[in-house]
Amino acid sequence: MKNLMTSAIALMALTGAAAAEGELNIYNWGNYTNPDLIKKFEEENDVKVTITDYDSNTTALAKIEAGGHGFDIVVPTHSYVQIYVGKDLLMKPGIPEMENYGNISEVWKNVDWDPGREYTVPWQWGTTGVAVNKSAYSGDVNTSAIWLDTPDELKGKVNVVPEMQDVMNLAVMYMGGEPCTTDKAKLKEVRDKLVEAKADWMSMDYGMTEKLGNGDVMASVNWNGSTFRARLNNPDVTYGYPKEGYIVWMDNVAILKDAQNVENAKKFVNFIMDPENAAMISAFARYANGIDGSDDFMPEDMKGAPEIVVPEELKAAGKFTSSCPKEAQDLYTAIWTDLQK
Amino acid sequence: MARSSPARTGWLLSTPALILLFIGALGPLAIVVVYAFLEPGEYSGVVWNFSTEAWFRVFFERDIFDDTVSMADAHLTIFWRSVKLSLLTTFITFVIGFPTAWFIATRPPTQRAIWLFLITIPFWTNLLIRTFAIMEVVRNQGLLNSFLMWTGVIGRPLQILYTDTAVLIGMAYVYLPLMVLPLFAAIDRFDFKLIEAGYDLYASRTKVLRRVILPIVRPGIVAGSILVFVPSLGAYVTPRILGGGKNMMIGNFIELQFGQGRNWPLGAALSLILLLIVLVALIAYVRVTSNDGGRDGQT
Repeated sequence: MKNLMTSAIALMALTGAAAAEGELNIYNWGNYTNPDLIKKFEEENDVKVTITDYDSNTTALAKIEAGGHGFDIVVPTHSYVQIYVGKDLLMKPGIPEMENYGNISEVWKNVDWDPGREYTVPWQWGTTGVAVNKSAYSGDVNTSAIWLDTPDELKGKVNVVPEMQDVMNLAVMYMGGEPCTTDKAKLKEVRDKLVEAKADWMSMDYGMTEKLGNGDVMASVNWNGSTFRARLNNPDVTYGYPKEGYIVWMDNVAILKDAQNVENAKKFVNFIMDPENAAMISAFARYANGIDGSDDFMPEDMKGAPEIVVPEELKAAGKFTSSCPKEAQDLYTAIWTDLQK
Repeated sequence: MARSSPARTGWLLSTPALILLFIGALGPLAIVVVYAFLEPGEYSGVVWNFSTEAWFRVFFERDIFDDTVSMADAHLTIFWRSVKLSLLTTFITFVIGFPTAWFIATRPPTQRAIWLFLITIPFWTNLLIRTFAIMEVVRNQGLLNSFLMWTGVIGRPLQILYTDTAVLIGMAYVYLPLMVLPLFAAIDRFDFKLIEAGYDLYASRTKVLRRVILPIVRPGIVAGSILVFVPSLGAYVTPRILGGGKNMMIGNFIELQFGQGRNWPLGAALSLILLLIVLVALIAYVRVTSNDGGRDGQT
């Protein structure tokens, strides 16, 4: 039965592909790609696009490294771009020569993880901070104390997304350390703080866009765009930028070295640097995109949204973290295991 | 042709099965074994250097703060929780499954097929969807809490979601059919005249159950228990969704090593330990049933 269905789906996929000029296989984070954007690209270029989801950078990297995946495009976070480059997995598609290259905002053109934008172009960027339902707690939300020294009103109603490195780095910064620290005295404080704080948590789960929106969770470590989407369902949900330090990241679109549909992939990379298309990306996932001029095409409710526009006085607290080296990683995993035992 | 012995033909005919077995089961297992003796790569994957570090780390931990070596307390806790929850799941499914199987086996033959068919209906739906359905039932504003509040039994919602209770409910629901089916098969072959004989010999109801029924259907009980216990032990989706991820089970712990933990050898070693636990359970199963084989086999 299952086989029959798989064949039927495969058959449909085949016939679909036969109708279009070519194919493009995108490997991207789940719930992150605007279907209208894909439809527009398909219609303009007569290409059949297939999107496959992943839920973490490690999953994506492992699958791509294993080979035989058939993907043309992947969207790694900035901290993973150099790992991909180091493993020789990405292509240099001549991005600076592309028609829409000039649209990349000046600040995102020459970035540490990809100087001169040889391999990647911006998809979206955002922050990892806290989301709080104002109906449950009306105090200051710009602090990691929300989940590390949980106020009484929020006890037992807090979630922490199980994103190990982000959560660990937030906790380390809250305790006054540097991200990816290997300072054991500091890590011991962090561990003790986390273990103590966990007693007040309800869960360590993903899917906060829905759960914050419907009131199952009153506060969470969360991403800004996800919080934005939750707020659209529930006006009480607010986003906080922890003053002790929060995480800034950018997801970047890259073409894989073993891509089968290189021309279509290049077209897509150029396509998303067009301000109107970049605005479509943001309109769906609710993160900023790093393309100049896209604001003009954004939905009205995105303009000046508190989840997107970082308050001036909190800008300095944002940290671009790199992927932690093995030593820090092992320490983080040990603490994480201890936390979830 | 003329010289080919039956044994040889037998081997020849089973080649496809053997190849499948090798490619599908033994090959991947061999890879897991090999990986468990390698060093972890910097960002996922493995480095091809022989190392027993992973095995050391399964059982012991070097304290990250003062470098003393001690038993891996966190790992033991996680393993113990998994075994405990799996045993409880097995017990719950048995308590619910036995009367169910008995009920089906005592229906007229024409109706049995319908009841069995109903038991298999949950298998039509993906595990993930069934788990989310349970989540809808147990969440604070969910069916169960709304109903209890409506009847006035409780004043405010019970926090069931994100607790071990939710995990137990979820696993018992998901694995119940795996208990009912082997139990049914055993009870179906049971000769009900034996119960009458028991009563004739002045046995009480509990004595009939304990001394006549249970020993005879024991292979079914053991088979059902194994079928429930083994997948419960490796359960991954249910604890993650219903347990809220605060406390890991073995499955989640192994996933952590292959994912965010970036330590594949440790993940591989942990998988083999899990395999070992299952193996022990299966050996126990074979021993229990083979002792009984003579009494039960031919009925």
